[in-house]
Amino acid sequence: MKIQNILATRWGIIGVGAFIGILAPLLQKLGNPGNMGICVACFERDIAGALGLHRAGVVQYIRPEIIGLVLGSLIAAYLFKEFRPRLGSAPIVRFVLGAFAMIGALVFLGCPWRAALRLAGGDGNAILGILGLVFGVWIGTLFLKKGYNLGRTQTTHTAAGWMMPLMMLGLLALIIIFPQIEGQDKNGVLFYSLKGPGVMHAPLLISLGVGLAVGFLAQRSRFCTMGAIRDVLLFRQTHLLSGVIALIGAAFITNLILGQFHPGFAGQPVAHTMHIWNFAGMGLAGLAFALAGGCPGRQLFLSGEGDGDAAVFVLGMIVGAGFAHNFGLASSPGGVGPYGIPAVIVGIAVCLFIGFAMRKRSAV
Amino acid sequence: MTTKIDARGLSCPQPVLMTLGEIKAGGSGEIEVLVDTDTAKENISRAAVSQGWKAADVAEEGDGYRITIRKG
Repeated sequence: MKIQNILATRWGIIGVGAFIGILAPLLQKLGNPGNMGICVACFERDIAGALGLHRAGVVQYIRPEIIGLVLGSLIAAYLFKEFRPRLGSAPIVRFVLGAFAMIGALVFLGCPWRAALRLAGGDGNAILGILGLVFGVWIGTLFLKKGYNLGRTQTTHTAAGWMMPLMMLGLLALIIIFPQIEGQDKNGVLFYSLKGPGVMHAPLLISLGVGLAVGFLAQRSRFCTMGAIRDVLLFRQTHLLSGVIALIGAAFITNLILGQFHPGFAGQPVAHTMHIWNFAGMGLAGLAFALAGGCPGRQLFLSGEGDGDAAVFVLGMIVGAGFAHNFGLASSPGGVGPYGIPAVIVGIAVCLFIGFAMRKRSAV
Repeated sequence: MTTKIDARGLSCPQPVLMTLGEIKAGGSGEIEVLVDTDTAKENISRAAVSQGWKAADVAEEGDGYRITIRKG
């Protein structure tokens, strides 16, 4: 129980943020794409590609980090008796929020974690993304103040809480059964990339190990990038924010040491310079995260501790990634996709509808 | 008189919003909050302290906790 107290303190969350900030650039050094040591949105999108839910050939890989993040949280939750199987808080709404969060994130090209890592790597476009994120979360807090609420969860079967961890174990089994074969874009049921970000990855066991460690610590510390912004706007609390700032600071220093800091706007890895859509894409994602109560990383950690609604949000993100690439919504280094702009507008409209329509003065 | 809040089953940040709302309403100097996750338990205690209140007692109850916070 002592560890729990330490990680939930101010220094605990700072330590966890710094830990992620050091490991993520190291994963880049070991093979992950630029400024993408850990990106929950990008990595779930890569998983969608590996499973054939979209067929963007450059982003197909079962990212072991995602598996580790869920299972690390599961282990921590069991060790500290915090595994609480629960669900029933408007899961379909969470699915839709997850899908549009992913679409917004893929217009920017990254989740809040990657926005922080991009900033720490010198990518100026991340500033627009982070401003958009803050704006989206701010809109979300306005709804929260007006009584927005997705309702209560209910305790459920332990097996229901295990669904997402089991799916992650299934993905792990698939990588082991159908590993990448040099020069081939498919092995068994899994698709692989032959070029692009999907081919860039750290060794499997290292990726998995980092994911497990981060998942474990983040579950204990409640690390959340969206919550960091929300709590400042809503409660003037800087607890979670100090973790995110520690992440950016540690990643910046690690990048400097590793020679991975390249300041500028043009030519940044897996990024584009369309400022308005970097802002708006992340604005949509921020609003969706705020309405769903957690950043994509936090949704994985909650899934690991038995939260079935967070698991549905994760599935929404993975399906959203399928739509994002199949429909040409996702951006590329060349700029936004052919239908990216209307998708952001539709997504914002849907999130506003959810925010306005799902209000209760007191939750029953 | 003790005010009671049932925040069980509610996810972040609802339990904190409800608690802060009650603190600001200023009805009583003692509030009992029921929560069912450790995260909510920690958040309630942190929010109470930020308002100059203190977590006087945290007791396990059912699958969750009963937190008593008092004006400091």
